[in-house]
Amino acid sequence: MHGLINRAIQAFVTSTYGADRWKEVMDLAGLGFREFEAMLTYTDEQSNKMLQAMEQVLARPLPEMLEDMGTFLVSNPQVEALRRLLRFGGVNYVEFLHSLDDLPGRARLAVSDLYLPGLELFEQAPGQFELVCQPGLPGYANVMMGVLRAMADDYGDLVILEASGSQDGADVISITLVEREFAEGRSFDLGAHSL
Amino acid sequence: MMTDEQLAAIADHICPMFAIVDGKGRIMRVGPTLRKLRPDLKWEGRRFFRVFDLSRPRRVRSMEDLVNTAGSKLHLHFRDTPQTSLKGVLVPLPDGRGAIINLSFGISVLEAVRDYDLTSADFSPTDLTIEMLYLVEAKSAAMEASRQLNLRLQGAKIAAEEQAFTDTLTGLKNRRAMDHILERLITSGRDFALMHLDLDYFKQVNDTLGHAAGDAVLQHVARVMVDCTRQSDTVARVGGDEFVLIFNDLRDERQLQALAERLIREIEVPIPFGGKECKISASAGTTLSIWHDGTVSAARILNESDAALYAAKGAGRAQHCFYQKGMEQDVLEQHS
Repeated sequence: MHGLINRAIQAFVTSTYGADRWKEVMDLAGLGFREFEAMLTYTDEQSNKMLQAMEQVLARPLPEMLEDMGTFLVSNPQVEALRRLLRFGGVNYVEFLHSLDDLPGRARLAVSDLYLPGLELFEQAPGQFELVCQPGLPGYANVMMGVLRAMADDYGDLVILEASGSQDGADVISITLVEREFAEGRSFDLGAHSL
Repeated sequence: MMTDEQLAAIADHICPMFAIVDGKGRIMRVGPTLRKLRPDLKWEGRRFFRVFDLSRPRRVRSMEDLVNTAGSKLHLHFRDTPQTSLKGVLVPLPDGRGAIINLSFGISVLEAVRDYDLTSADFSPTDLTIEMLYLVEAKSAAMEASRQLNLRLQGAKIAAEEQAFTDTLTGLKNRRAMDHILERLITSGRDFALMHLDLDYFKQVNDTLGHAAGDAVLQHVARVMVDCTRQSDTVARVGGDEFVLIFNDLRDERQLQALAERLIREIEVPIPFGGKECKISASAGTTLSIWHDGTVSAARILNESDAALYAAKGAGRAQHCFYQKGMEQDVLEQHS
């Protein structure tokens, strides 16, 4: 699993539960190090050991924590860069949803060895969507659920998200857009980054 | 035939940074994004050359010159500030009705987006500007992560190298570092003096007061030696209680003798440890590179200083001797 993903989990645990808990997780995982490097690659075995240790040390179901991590990735100021990159997807939430098909490609454009499984959006009816998350990254759909929820807040839209089982090994998330511009979203300024 | 109005309505969506100029060089219409760059400007009727300065191609002064650039790349910028630079291309309209000029930011897009507070809606959906901004930002973030990794690796490398060249107990250079430095000095052909120093009565401290006392003594002695030498000199711990000092550009025997005496005197000052006092001394032998013709080997230099040290020990300890020819012979004889 790419270092960026491992590092994201580390950032989530450290900022939510504290640096000491992260140390406990890594000591239990027994990988011989405590910090992941964003720009290195780790084996799936290493990542899985870390995830198992995380579930044990923090005593919460992994899917729940991964969903929180998805929210964290969008809403925490520490990782503002990622929120900005996601906002490039569209000027409103629906456009953003349609841009998700491109997400794995966009990720590869930024970091060529970062593999994310495919995403496919189906529009069932106006305001009613299904997002199919292809297999390949355990917990991918959980993280996406958190991301989708936080992005709705970011755009100021009210949505209902539900895990609606799986099709051919792919997890499906159903998305219902209840109200657009329900609340004031966060501002997005194209030229806000510092170069 | 399409009117200017109809043309503008199409261009508004396809290339929202266009300007339609009439045969006399007056701006007739501009696209919504171009207008946003100068919202207070009354565009219509203004001369194109009054708003923009054309830097390439050069010597385009009249509307006729401008129309003749048709199809080639134009470099221009606003006359007033911010003087955002733009790229453009002109296509003449039929019947000498003037021309349509499409503009874009080119590489200045990063500042432009900031300066004019542009949003995705200001660019045509087929325009790759938003993708480019995305890429710039994504690459910058990825590059920053890589840079951080490089810095950490660099730090780890320096730390590892320092450890490998440093005696961890005293912080002095170790034997390996000393070998490197000596080789380098010899190759560079610079003059130097090399002093081999050995502690006297150190074994007694270790035996009676324990290893902790011994370690404290070594650390103290290391400090004394560093204090007595210059920054450019090398102080290395090459054995349990053996040290090598290398003095760059030193060839004055009197100076070296004084230095050796001072070192011995300072080392003889009793060192307090756990309520007791550790009393030691030191013997030293020195040789100079200028005593050799041509290139000398590191092994030879070290042997000579060793022989001089042996002579100092033989002279009753707490002494300093310079190397003299034949001393190695004495060492051998005493050993046999």
